[in-house]
Amino acid sequence: MVDRRDGPSGPPSGVREIDVSVLRDTVARLIVEANFNIPADILQALRDAVDREESPLGRRTLEQLVRNYEVAAAERRPVCQDSGVAVVILEIGQDVHWTGGSMQEAVYAGVREGTRAGYLRWSVTGDPTRMLKISGEETPAVIHVDLVPGSDVRILFASKGFGAENMSALKMFVPADGVPAITQFVLDTVDRAGANACPPIIVGVGIGGTFESAALLAKKAVLRPLDVRNARADVRQLEVELLERVNELGIGPQGFGGRVTALGVNIEVYPTHIAGLPVAVNLGCHSTRRISTTL
Amino acid sequence: MSNVFELKCQNGIAQTDLDALRAGDAVELTGQVISVRDASAARLVAAVREGQPLPISLENQILYAVGPSPPKPGQIIGSAGPTTTSRMARFLPSLFTAGVRAIIGKGELHGEEAAPFLSHGVVYFGAIGGLGALLAKQISSTRIVAYDDLGPEALHALQIFAFPVVVIIDRHGGNFHETARSKWRKTR
Repeated sequence: MVDRRDGPSGPPSGVREIDVSVLRDTVARLIVEANFNIPADILQALRDAVDREESPLGRRTLEQLVRNYEVAAAERRPVCQDSGVAVVILEIGQDVHWTGGSMQEAVYAGVREGTRAGYLRWSVTGDPTRMLKISGEETPAVIHVDLVPGSDVRILFASKGFGAENMSALKMFVPADGVPAITQFVLDTVDRAGANACPPIIVGVGIGGTFESAALLAKKAVLRPLDVRNARADVRQLEVELLERVNELGIGPQGFGGRVTALGVNIEVYPTHIAGLPVAVNLGCHSTRRISTTL
Repeated sequence: MSNVFELKCQNGIAQTDLDALRAGDAVELTGQVISVRDASAARLVAAVREGQPLPISLENQILYAVGPSPPKPGQIIGSAGPTTTSRMARFLPSLFTAGVRAIIGKGELHGEEAAPFLSHGVVYFGAIGGLGALLAKQISSTRIVAYDDLGPEALHALQIFAFPVVVIIDRHGGNFHETARSKWRKTR
């Protein structure tokens, strides 16, 4: 244990100091890039879906979506007016020491600066009850922190639109319900969401943990790239089966009917209580904006 | 896919045009629409219920459910795709009574949320959600009519041209989200 009060001005050996202004500037850059550029794997999945879609109106819709993303990137416009809630998932090395101020305030400031610089919509209200009359440039983010070994900081930034977020769901099942109940819950959630979630969607499923951690698992699942599959073979198989079942619902692009309702189903699992089976389904629209970087 | 109908809505939309539409038709709209969103719809409906004068006549008008992002210097409007219509469902009957003849939005409306469309002869057009960068190019001017304190939710008069939509609810009982889904659904 190093007593920093009387010690030298530098950090103890093995500790990496990062000024929070670096985090602020990085977040400001990420929110702009995320809103102008759809992730490459999603754009590719949409292009692939054009060939697979049998419904003529569905195919035309997919072509328009691809065109929208090309135009947004070329002209540096927001891909969607709903710049969403900034969700910042930080994996912080336990040997990192933040200097220069509050880490949380730095994230908020980065969101504020990027929203202004990118001409993004001020999509967040400071008071969810609306009892306070708050309007204007509100930019609190939703921040999740995982402490990990090492001295790197990995930032996963997402602008989460609320068309799909509003249609997400969580249910506490019992162990005897098992995989059939998980399957039906995913299908019911997607079917109820229909066109509201802006299909083709990405389905994030969190299984296990507790009430709140299942929801976070689902968030991490929906933000996982489409070309990354679960490490467990049986879970991977469930992802494939659920995607097939979801695409049999017939909702199609934008709810106009067709074969392509979802681009992917991503599942994350975590141990849970012997009495429980929490399942959360977080839906992402076709415009699921995410970007990551490492400090 | 069937033909694309080109409709004019500069001075409201004609009853005969609305009568001709069927759920699933692709339409391109040219003329004026009025933007509406959660906060502005609530304020409009409060004015209707209190018998206050409205900031703009809704007679024969088309409302567009949108909260655009701000324009960059030199742009007319930022990204401007549709938002979810069902969030404003409770406000729609009063707006229909005030003369609204069509809504552009996105997402599902069924049962009690869809019924006022049929009883008032209002057409529901679906625009494509998440098409904000492209749809902004079909807007040639924008003017704030009222409620500018609401920021992106302020009431705008928008001039649109060849603005692509699909008829979701028609005047004859058709609901495209319902029929399209059952047509393409596979049952096990």
